[in-house]
Amino acid sequence: MADTAATVPAVGGAARAEPRGRKPRRALSRRNIIIYGTLIVAAVYYLLPLYVMIVTSLKGMPEIRLGNIFSPPLEITFEPWVKAWATACTGLNCDGLSRGFWNSVRITIPSVILSIAVASVNGYALANWRFKGANIFFTILIIGAFIPYQVMLYPIVIILREIGLYGSLTGLVIVHTIFGMPILTLLFRNYFSAIPEELFKAARVDGAGFWTIYLKIMLPMSLPIFVVAMIIQVTGIWNDFLFGVVYTGPETYPMTVQLNNIVNSTQGVKEYNVNMAATIITGLVPLVVYFVSGKLFVRGIAAGAVKG
Amino acid sequence: MSTDRPIRLFRNLNAKISAIPMIATALVVFVGGTFWTIVYSFTNSKLLPRAKFVGLDQYERLWGTNKWLISIENLFIFGICSLIFSFIIGFILAALLDQKIRFEDTFRSIFLYPFALSFIVTGLVWQWLLNPDFGIQSVIRSLGWESFNFDPLYNADIVIYGILIAALWQGTGLVMCLMLAGLRGIDEDIWKAARVDGIPMWKTYLFIVIPMMRPVFITTIVIIASGIVRVYDLVVAQTSGGPGIASEVPAKYVYDAMFLSQNLGQGFAASTMMLLSVAIVVIPWAYLEFGGKKHHG
Repeated sequence: MADTAATVPAVGGAARAEPRGRKPRRALSRRNIIIYGTLIVAAVYYLLPLYVMIVTSLKGMPEIRLGNIFSPPLEITFEPWVKAWATACTGLNCDGLSRGFWNSVRITIPSVILSIAVASVNGYALANWRFKGANIFFTILIIGAFIPYQVMLYPIVIILREIGLYGSLTGLVIVHTIFGMPILTLLFRNYFSAIPEELFKAARVDGAGFWTIYLKIMLPMSLPIFVVAMIIQVTGIWNDFLFGVVYTGPETYPMTVQLNNIVNSTQGVKEYNVNMAATIITGLVPLVVYFVSGKLFVRGIAAGAVKG
Repeated sequence: MSTDRPIRLFRNLNAKISAIPMIATALVVFVGGTFWTIVYSFTNSKLLPRAKFVGLDQYERLWGTNKWLISIENLFIFGICSLIFSFIIGFILAALLDQKIRFEDTFRSIFLYPFALSFIVTGLVWQWLLNPDFGIQSVIRSLGWESFNFDPLYNADIVIYGILIAALWQGTGLVMCLMLAGLRGIDEDIWKAARVDGIPMWKTYLFIVIPMMRPVFITTIVIIASGIVRVYDLVVAQTSGGPGIASEVPAKYVYDAMFLSQNLGQGFAASTMMLLSVAIVVIPWAYLEFGGKKHHG
């Protein structure tokens, strides 16, 4: 459009007259109302499920049958929480989520440590000690991150069965280490590559070797990226369902699998309050990680998004 | 290889040792496992893998199975809808957060927290919210709108949209974050120039900013798409594939064939098809991204 001085007044006579309209900031301008209004409506949509979960878990069953799911509890009871934790039934046994919780703890801690240790050393080797062929393997690793897990499920069953770890927690830890490797290696490689090379060379001149440089220079300089890696892994492994259900047995099921078994078991009367309490308890660990870690979590998911 | 002097070999020994897990994973699990599955998808393996080749039999059976066809249809509907909606919602939220508003961090935390939760938790919460006897439907009916009908999880025709609602709740925060990063990457001067020229804001977004964000969009598409193909836990938690087989998805088909109905060959064939569909999305992207120019990572 030809926007010369002549056309502006002609068009703008009614609504958008002078260039100095619109812009001055008023607290309650139409623009602000639209922006904040939309954001608040969206925020309600995102918060509603959490609210309903909490409210439902604090009600007794009679109240749930009568009332509506959005109303706050008339009589707050913590019984559903106790039951979800200690006595809810999965069909096989009735010791609640506690078993799954401790299984998840025993899976998550070694998996996080092992996967970060392996990937950080590997990323360091790729960044600073390039050797022939390293990049080929690295490329395969990154492409592998896009392969649907279903393709590799059964070959890993065979491998684990061969080395006698199928159905054990150790086997699952190895699986998590394998599938955490692409994204973590990428994360560490890129971070270590950004560290000035002079530092590395100076250390080499002073006679420091592979491990000395890693432990004394790289590690202390990269604590933030280790925290980011931990956030990715803790939430990712805690939330995993597929690997848990494939590679462990009923005795060693992680929490997500057990939660699903408790809630979706077909026998008996459905106790929605216990179900919701169990759901919150399972979601609590990643939620705490999320709210404590703040901006680092955002960094982590930007990097970890590839993992899906 | 001939240039490798002993000293150099020795110097890099530690690096090579520490790369063994990566090499093993890349070769044995990723390459080896994938090829193994593809090869065995041409066999008639049942309870145990058997190397008795039957050509394309498994694939013929696969495409003649109703459950698989429904899975594919669901994946298409779910995939296209979740791409479109998560893009629109994610972009609008990001654009709103980018208006130099107050409480930006609070809003962002609220939009993103579902992403920290597992699909199992997401599925179970929405199963409860969409429960026709107690959930949203009953609340609205009790407000006086007696004929209100909203029971996606119990209606085979629309069950996949019930899952879509939950998936969007969980995943749009991530899209918003990626888009916000893209918006922040745009030079402030471009906004100033547009303002000086008197271009209205929506036009600036539509014709200047969005075309500039192409790389972010492509990355986002790849991330969402590779996640969509894997959708499994959400369906298991929310509907277990029901009512009937109305909400089956390919990933669940694979699991059921391999571990529940002892039909390994079908599982291998189905997972190979999944691999193929991912390849269709990822290979053009990788070509565009890394093919022409040099690029890190």
